[in-house]
Amino acid sequence: MLDIRYPIGFMFTLLGLIIAVYGLATGSSGIYQKSLGLNINLIMGLIMLVFGLVMLFFAFRKRKK
Amino acid sequence: MGLIDYLIMIIYFAFVLGIGWILRRFMKNANAFLEAGRSMPAWVAGLAFISTNLGALEVMGMTGSGLKYGMMTTHFYLIGAIPAMIFLSLFMMPFYYGSKARSVPEFLKLRYDEKTRGLNAVMFTFMTVLASGISMYALAILMEKVLGWDFNLSLWISAIIVLIYTYLGGLSSAIYNEVLQFFIIVLGLLPIVFLSLHDVGGWSGLKESLAPITQAKGYASDTWLTTWKYTGQASSNPMGVEWFGILFGLGFVLSFGYWCTNFLIVQRAFAAESHSAARKVPLIGALPKMFIPALIVIPGIISLVLLNDPSKGFDLPKDAAGNPVYDYTIIMLLKQYLPTGVLGLGITALLASFMSGMAGNVSAFNTVWTYDIYQSYIRPATGNDEADGKHYLLVGRIATVCGILASIGAAYIASKFGNIMDFLQTIFSMINAPLFAVIFLGMFWKRTTGHAAFTGLLTGLIVALLHHGLTIPEGASTLVKGGWLGSLHVYPVEMAQNFWTAIFAFSSATIVTVVLSFMTKGTKSDEDLKGLVYSLTPRTLQEDVPWYQRPAGMAVIVGLIFIVLSILFW
Repeated sequence: MLDIRYPIGFMFTLLGLIIAVYGLATGSSGIYQKSLGLNINLIMGLIMLVFGLVMLFFAFRKRKK
Repeated sequence: MGLIDYLIMIIYFAFVLGIGWILRRFMKNANAFLEAGRSMPAWVAGLAFISTNLGALEVMGMTGSGLKYGMMTTHFYLIGAIPAMIFLSLFMMPFYYGSKARSVPEFLKLRYDEKTRGLNAVMFTFMTVLASGISMYALAILMEKVLGWDFNLSLWISAIIVLIYTYLGGLSSAIYNEVLQFFIIVLGLLPIVFLSLHDVGGWSGLKESLAPITQAKGYASDTWLTTWKYTGQASSNPMGVEWFGILFGLGFVLSFGYWCTNFLIVQRAFAAESHSAARKVPLIGALPKMFIPALIVIPGIISLVLLNDPSKGFDLPKDAAGNPVYDYTIIMLLKQYLPTGVLGLGITALLASFMSGMAGNVSAFNTVWTYDIYQSYIRPATGNDEADGKHYLLVGRIATVCGILASIGAAYIASKFGNIMDFLQTIFSMINAPLFAVIFLGMFWKRTTGHAAFTGLLTGLIVALLHHGLTIPEGASTLVKGGWLGSLHVYPVEMAQNFWTAIFAFSSATIVTVVLSFMTKGTKSDEDLKGLVYSLTPRTLQEDVPWYQRPAGMAVIVGLIFIVLSILFW
């Protein structure tokens, strides 16, 4: 059956990229006053990207075996 | 909400539906659709086990409770969950999984008799439809009040998405999506924990700011950050319960009733790929369970500080009577701290929690309906396994559609007669307590008879109703909260009343079952009960894996973390 790590990995890699890029693009705008001056989009985007890639790494590694 | 927020939500929906689409080709018969073919790895079923419980009402309610009761809310995650999960894994799962029962009602049939199964199956199907209707209503009203979305639109869209993926991929699809939902809930709520804690000056800042607020409420300064410390007397903590009520009412009766006998939850373990995987499911679920309060209870506690500091500009919506709606705490926090981008992620997390709760209800409903009602009373199996498998697959799919339509109906009833729904939900939350009594006695005492179990279940339900009808929580204005038969006792808060209702229901069911078991004759021989009752089941040899991969070893690890956390937040 389907290895659930693929959809999890792909989804978070994609979402992470989108949010991180959006964070970079909006870094100098005023929207981060809400989040206490932290570029929370960039931070969360990167966390999700790493999480997604880790999931994909394990999924592909298992397939190779 | 900006364009990017909607984009995130749409990507998530696309993946959810995509999983259902990919899994649809594996759904060849009823067994694959309703039981996931008993093929789930332990970690997948374990995360689904916890995710089903992490429904929208749970996330919203528990953040609100964090605000109202503080750290004591974590009792629902520690004493109110962990011991029961360990017990389920070590002592009950061997009989559940080993019996090959496809549902909890079917286990009752194997262990006791047809009428006990029938009673439980009917109550269970009714309860799941109601529960998913209520949570749909809660979600739609939340989206309407806070984001300005149309009530009907959000209700139907979320219901249709859940319908599509459970219709296509059945239990496997529900479980896979629950795992996906688990991660999106954690990642979606993570930024508010981090930001809100940062905003109040970290843990020490939170402690300092809370002291004057709790003192003004008439409690000791650290009450909101403790769990057991002020439970010597019901009046010295905001929950209004003493340690005995927590330990026995929540920690034993409610918790064991919910985690060990609610089919919605244990169905995830039934779907595991092997006996040992099934036993690991609750333990794997227990690990994240203990840390979920960091995501939802702590932000709730922080909101109490925010509410009392006008410079933060944080407020809760009010209901018609002008009281703050505590259940909206989490979404107000999302709005407070999250800029567009992660805001979409946070809202998606809430939608995901709603969907995992609803898909859980639907996938449990269609199984019980198909196997325990349809196959038992309407059209028994013909003996041709292949044709039967196809027939019950179709029935399971139709049940999925009907279950969701009935939940939508229940959601509209809730929007018209909210009080009646509240009332039913309170009552139904208590029926698991007598069920646990009956299953527990059945597994560990071979003398327990079917007649006794049936009467015990029924008595427990009646006693729950009577207790609820004869007591009220202080300040209750409607009969929904109790006292509709009179008022013999007044509880300081509703929570305490619920705990005691469960205790009475459980005790009466136990007493009646035990007494009647001595008076009636069982219909099952020792041979019939092999694999169902502890003393009649041969011990299985443990497979050759390191100690920490065995259920008992994992249970020790989970137990130790539980003890350390309980002491840390004493």
